[in-house]
Amino acid sequence: MRVYWFTEDAYPDLPDQETYDSIRVDLANSNFDPERGYELYNWYLDLWCKAEEMGFDIMNNEHHQTATCMVPAAPLMLSILARETSTARLCILGNPVGNRRNPIRVAEEMAMIDVISKGRLDCGFVRGVPFEAAPANRSPIRGSQRVWEAHDLILKCWTTHDGPFNFEGRWFQGRQINIWPRPYQQPHPPVWITTGGRTSTPPVVKNKYVGAVFLAGYPRIRSIFDGYREDWAEMHGGMAPLDRLAYLALIYVADDEQKAREGADKLMWYMHANKVAPQWANPPGYHPPQLAGAVMKGAGGPGIPLSTTLDEQIARGNFFVGTPDQVYEQLKAFWEYSGGFGNLLMMGQAGFLTEAETLRSMELFSKEVKPRLEALENSWDTEELWEFSKAQPVKDNVPMDGFGMEFVR
Amino acid sequence: MIVKTETLSIQGVEVPVTRQGSGKPLFLLHGGGGPVSALPFAAKLAEQFEIIEPTHPGFNGTAVPDHFDGMPDLVFSYLDIIDALKLEDAVILGISMGGWLAAELCVLPQMPFSKLIMVDAVGVRTGPPTKRNIADIFALPGPELAKAMWHDPTRAPNPMDMTDEQATIAAGNRIALALYGWEPFLHNPKLPNRLHRIRIPTRFIWGESDGLVTIEYGKTYADMIDGADFVTIPEAGHSPQAEQPELFVKHVVDFAG
Repeated sequence: MRVYWFTEDAYPDLPDQETYDSIRVDLANSNFDPERGYELYNWYLDLWCKAEEMGFDIMNNEHHQTATCMVPAAPLMLSILARETSTARLCILGNPVGNRRNPIRVAEEMAMIDVISKGRLDCGFVRGVPFEAAPANRSPIRGSQRVWEAHDLILKCWTTHDGPFNFEGRWFQGRQINIWPRPYQQPHPPVWITTGGRTSTPPVVKNKYVGAVFLAGYPRIRSIFDGYREDWAEMHGGMAPLDRLAYLALIYVADDEQKAREGADKLMWYMHANKVAPQWANPPGYHPPQLAGAVMKGAGGPGIPLSTTLDEQIARGNFFVGTPDQVYEQLKAFWEYSGGFGNLLMMGQAGFLTEAETLRSMELFSKEVKPRLEALENSWDTEELWEFSKAQPVKDNVPMDGFGMEFVR
Repeated sequence: MIVKTETLSIQGVEVPVTRQGSGKPLFLLHGGGGPVSALPFAAKLAEQFEIIEPTHPGFNGTAVPDHFDGMPDLVFSYLDIIDALKLEDAVILGISMGGWLAAELCVLPQMPFSKLIMVDAVGVRTGPPTKRNIADIFALPGPELAKAMWHDPTRAPNPMDMTDEQATIAAGNRIALALYGWEPFLHNPKLPNRLHRIRIPTRFIWGESDGLVTIEYGKTYADMIDGADFVTIPEAGHSPQAEQPELFVKHVVDFAG
């Protein structure tokens, strides 16, 4: 079990939520104080370095024009960490290649990070959430197709070593493509792709890439992971290895239950702060017409439910909260229900969670939860685990709200 | 009024075409809201014209062809549609995005059109890059969009009142509009340098309260076409044909009847 430690690098010092319509896209950057930004960037980098010291791997991401994430260029943060760390895997999840204009540049950036870090890059590609369409000025129509064409070009960049090649696709063109440097890892860094449903999974499985799922919780995790496993059995035969699956959740561990809930309440900032005006949540072509029509009629909301309570989030399997024993038991139950996964993406900081609170949770997790998760993983045969998972009744008594709309791919 | 629908097959793309009335052909190109033949203004015009309205691929529940990327694909599809319909000496009337399409067609040679009517049309941009010529309809909150589009914003369709099927069609129309006009936004930067080729009589009809493309924009656009005249309709926004059908019909008939 690899555990990747993640913070989205929020800029939480905002005015009262009533005073603005949306934390994303059109919140004026007069709300961003560069002095505070300086402190936060460096604090977040320090946290990732501490994560490595505690035995975590590292995950980061990017968003644009939003206080939920101060990183509009994930490769910049990751390149600093490539130099500042020495052992952790560095997972970028991911490069929004459906929105980036030049995939060759992405291939070059990723190759550099892979070389500087001596082969520690895990390279994710994502379509990006709907709110990214306006900042990128990129039409969401056929966004998934564009992601895969960019992927094809990037893979070709990484694996071509005999001089220039030609690539004239529908969206991306180059006639003398010959990147320097080439990646450290051969034939190329591991590839991760976010998946949100059955239709987006087959190309991920076909390439044996890691399928990463964000916050699907009990209501959706099994259909997604089962889809991956079924496709794997069909395409490659046998069981998909657990290290091909990843799950992201918010996690807070403390010495006692009271402190754990206080910390988790602070993590809930990620949910409560995500106030998004409807016009940014449903750009034309992101969703197929039927779903887009339902969103127009009010289904789904902005993607992340603003109103749910911590208990609901824990019940969904989006949050794991408590003492080390409690968090282990919650994770074990979810992990076994899901059929298992080999990569846990731990969102361990958000909003106003302080340095001391964040570090204590990380420390407890690394010392008291992670070893038990590793033992749990080793105790199961993947096939028996899948049978065990499928034998459990479907847990559909968890409130849904239309949550998960954001991650439809 | 009897409205007849036929379906053309254009290079594998199914294109519904409605016809109503008799007389001089009036080739009607709808805007981003989808076909408008069912509105009262069309029935009124059909007393003097044969109204022929194709549905642009992607609108009104039709599929977006896989190979379509933008307005040039629509223009070339329309060359085939025009051939198939065997139009002659027709009036071409384009509304909003349909006006952009009409202008793109009328700069080409051998078009069967004798008069051009542009209604609250998009298609060009002027001024410095920071000037927003065309309201960003994909970024406006619902109430502001209604205000920009309509003189009487209560006329704006409310998704909450739609059936699931209507909402699906409305969402599909929005996707099709974005397909044709996302970037560059609802215009062709090359078009102003081509508009001198329009040599048929041209009339611009504009809703005075249009907040999507203002009267100022419309006048600048009209100035790019030799001899084009410009008439306005009070108490009408971006869809004067819907908000003031009688005056709209009068302006069409006075010019082309």
